[in-house]
Amino acid sequence: MMPFTYERAQSPAAAAAAAARSPSAKFIAGGTNLLDLMKLRIERPGHLIDVNGLALDRIEPTAEGGLRIGALVRNTDLAADARVRRDYAVLARALLAGASGQLRNKATTAGNLLQRTRCPYFYDTDQPCNKREPGSGCGALAGYSRQLAVVGGSEACIATHPSDMAVGMRALDAVVETVRPDGATSEIPIEGFHRLPGETPQIETALQPGELITAVTLPPPVGGTHVYRKVRDRASYAFALVSVAAVIQRDGSGAVALGGVAPKPWRRAEADAALPQGAQASAAALMQGARPTEDNAFKLKLVERTLGAVLAEARS
Amino acid sequence: MRFDTPATTNPIDRLRIIGQPVDRIDGPLKVRGAAPYAYEQHEAVPNQAYGWVVGAGIAKGRITRMDLDAAHAAPGVIAILTTENAGPLDKGKRNAAPLLGGPEITHYHQAIALVIAESFEQARDAAQRVQVAYAVEEGAFDLAEAKAEGVGPSKDSPDSKIGDFAKAFAEAPVQLDATYTTPDQTHAMMEPHASLAAWDGESLEVWTSNQMVAWAHQDLAKTLRLKKEQVRIRSPYVGGGFGAKLFLRADILLAALGARLAGRPVKVALQRPLIANNTTHRAATIQRIRLGAGRDGRLTAIAHESWSGNVEGGEEENAIQQTRLLYAGANRLTGTRLAHLDLAEGNAMRAPGEAPGLLALEVAMDEMAEKLGIDPVEFRILNDTQEDPEKPDRPFSQRQLIECLRQGAAGFGWDQRSAQPGTRREGRWLVGLGMAVGFRNNLVDKSGARVRLDGEGIVTVETDMTDIGTGSYTIIAQTAAEMMGVALDRVVVRLGDSSFPASAGSGGQWGANTSTAGVYAACVKLREQVAQALGLNASDADFADGMVRSGERSIPLADAARDGALTAEDTIEFGDLQKRFQQSTFAGHFVEVAVDAATAEVRVRRMLAVCAAGRILNPKSARSQVIGAMTMGLGAALMEELAVDTRQGFFVNHDLAGYEVPVHADVPRQEVIFLDEVDPTSSPMKAKGVGELGLCGVGAAVANAIHNATGIRVRDYPITLDKLLDRLPG
Repeated sequence: MMPFTYERAQSPAAAAAAAARSPSAKFIAGGTNLLDLMKLRIERPGHLIDVNGLALDRIEPTAEGGLRIGALVRNTDLAADARVRRDYAVLARALLAGASGQLRNKATTAGNLLQRTRCPYFYDTDQPCNKREPGSGCGALAGYSRQLAVVGGSEACIATHPSDMAVGMRALDAVVETVRPDGATSEIPIEGFHRLPGETPQIETALQPGELITAVTLPPPVGGTHVYRKVRDRASYAFALVSVAAVIQRDGSGAVALGGVAPKPWRRAEADAALPQGAQASAAALMQGARPTEDNAFKLKLVERTLGAVLAEARS
Repeated sequence: MRFDTPATTNPIDRLRIIGQPVDRIDGPLKVRGAAPYAYEQHEAVPNQAYGWVVGAGIAKGRITRMDLDAAHAAPGVIAILTTENAGPLDKGKRNAAPLLGGPEITHYHQAIALVIAESFEQARDAAQRVQVAYAVEEGAFDLAEAKAEGVGPSKDSPDSKIGDFAKAFAEAPVQLDATYTTPDQTHAMMEPHASLAAWDGESLEVWTSNQMVAWAHQDLAKTLRLKKEQVRIRSPYVGGGFGAKLFLRADILLAALGARLAGRPVKVALQRPLIANNTTHRAATIQRIRLGAGRDGRLTAIAHESWSGNVEGGEEENAIQQTRLLYAGANRLTGTRLAHLDLAEGNAMRAPGEAPGLLALEVAMDEMAEKLGIDPVEFRILNDTQEDPEKPDRPFSQRQLIECLRQGAAGFGWDQRSAQPGTRREGRWLVGLGMAVGFRNNLVDKSGARVRLDGEGIVTVETDMTDIGTGSYTIIAQTAAEMMGVALDRVVVRLGDSSFPASAGSGGQWGANTSTAGVYAACVKLREQVAQALGLNASDADFADGMVRSGERSIPLADAARDGALTAEDTIEFGDLQKRFQQSTFAGHFVEVAVDAATAEVRVRRMLAVCAAGRILNPKSARSQVIGAMTMGLGAALMEELAVDTRQGFFVNHDLAGYEVPVHADVPRQEVIFLDEVDPTSSPMKAKGVGELGLCGVGAAVANAIHNATGIRVRDYPITLDKLLDRLPG
């Protein structure tokens, strides 16, 4: 581990300002991902800004009738919140499908959004990885890619975003609230929060240097049936091969987002629009333009099957 | 003590303590965290420094330049070990690739340096600053490719041919010719390989985590060119091994070399991401099985050929050995083919050979039963044999396979199984039942122990036997307590020290039977000394309840040591009973699975194993062994696979996030039944082993249950959902 300096931020704006002053700074909250990566020298922050004391750990109603989730709300607490369970059940279920109880106790809302891929080539520092070392190449593309992206990837990177929570939020049209180093606040719809890799897979979000997530807001409840279905190689404690977050209304309309298939939580308006026509049509829209590898081509079929099962469950 | 005639009645047969489901005597220590594992030997020696292993970043080639300057300059660094300063090294008898590589690299993550620092974090930090440049060479990493290029039987292991297989197979009215594959697997034990080494002049002491103290002792001394007397190895607690810790590995050697270089004790734990490629693994296999049978269901032709790969000096994965013995059939052909691969060394993992071999054979048997239209249980019973099919004058010492199958079928509700696959549906789930035979041989090797009786009546047992989580401490204590007629709490067991008599060690499921037989032998001697000291006749003395009785006389055992402790040492040595009798253990494995009709996720719902394995020394620890092994079999069937990157030549998913083994949510209700059995040909204990039996065949039972549930036959393990998805109804 490289030496680093450490400070406890006094306010969100001060934290953002401090981060802007130090180009190699990182915010730390739960640390469930960052510390692992620091031990492997994949993350090498020269300065850590501890945001745990910033009182961003509340869940409050918004004026519009939605819910504002503080950036530091722990995954366990968010999943257990009665309002979330009642009005945004897809989010509660997505959270509980992720990680383990111990990790969820530490992991935060903002940290979950910002966690990095679990691509094995990203983790093995003897292997090329454009995300870890830009320009070094991608070991996964022609290597072992069973877990990796089938859609939204590029020649530079086919890593997936590992979060379950973010997939639930994507289906709910969440908005990420931030504060910038100059103290200005900003709202980033989750749709545009995570970036596709293109030629710069090391840039993963729309956040500007120093910008700090303060909250995630959910719009007013839309009702419907909420389903989160995560398919993986063992029954628990594994990343998704495919996951489906769906909010389905009585008339068959709704919203669907996928995890495990793309560099970001994956949703397409055409797929939502096709939901009344059934899983095949909606899955086809979601997988439009997919470029799977030999290892992970099965995910296309699995998306369709899982979505079919989810729609059947929602209807029953 | 020489054991060359079947055992007659002896004090073990009293079964006052042996055969009882007593708790582990080391349990409280472990639960309290008071049993120091190798990396936690903080009190053993002062001034311990920390080593961090640098693994090669290529699979094959040469180091052209290693820049250590930045690492040397890093805070806390004491020394950096490489082949440049390691001094001359030999290679252990049981090692294929060198444990310290450089400049030549023979596999990925081969150790090329050990960075030693004042703290763990400093060692890691400095190690990450080591810069290495390589000249990469082409390597062979793909078993299927190597097979396609043609590999024949090796001179060391020629094919076994009985009768005329080709003719019998050609003439058989019902035939099966199928190819199965099993992947590379890693042991994934909880405790990594870890060692602490300290030198005192020319003498070396090592605290480690190793299953076979005598082997590690011998190979460490050889590698360092020391006399065995200069080396002492202790391995009192082992946090799982499964074969990964049978041998001298890099942790021990680098700790020893590092400590010599640093001039102070050094400890090393192999980093988890290093273990899969740095150490040994279970090698992948490609297996072709051909079965021919008459319409009556009797096998007339059996062929099993298996391909595996290994580094120079490595051996084949012997997946065919159980096929030579399991079923009757007059015409037989079995053989292994070994290809050269530049992956890490393949070597023993729990039930080596049997585990992958039965994954194939027992699915082939299921397929054959289906072709014949015979129930899979009945098909196996029909082809049972009570003698070695290759040597008909050599009987099995005990073979209760039919009883295992009958009792298992009855207990599991096998009659509920639909013979027509894919016909039982419960909501989203397709449900099926499967079974397979578990079959593992009983191996024996000489095993020694020392037993001491003191004036307080305490019996202390010392042997270099290890307890790798299996329960050795407990069954050894039970043996000594039974033999000396004392309560369990009057026995002290000290294990895993090369200064103790050499045992057979923990491996091949021989540990329980052989190590307790060694203790038995030492106790027989001690009983003679006690009788002599008390003026009694050893042959009719009865040792019970802390007393020794002979005729009218009854004397406290402790009195025998009133004038000083009595010590006896002996080694059990085995004659030719293994040759005269085929000694084996058997199981009937029964499994119910449910397969999601849409997503193909497989969930095992219940498992039953009925085992016949000689005398069960402790039903509680034996059951733990079997349910753990059944869990491992579930993993082998459904998820375990080291993914090979065939361009770069390494196992990619080399940590516990990427290499999936079952979690609690995967493990269903498990039941284990042990049949009453004693095997007097095995040892005076009349026991065999269960630690590997529990794994043998389980995965095939899962595979067969998946077929029964879905009608889909998958012949490539693990049976992940992508192999089922296309063929499911949805």
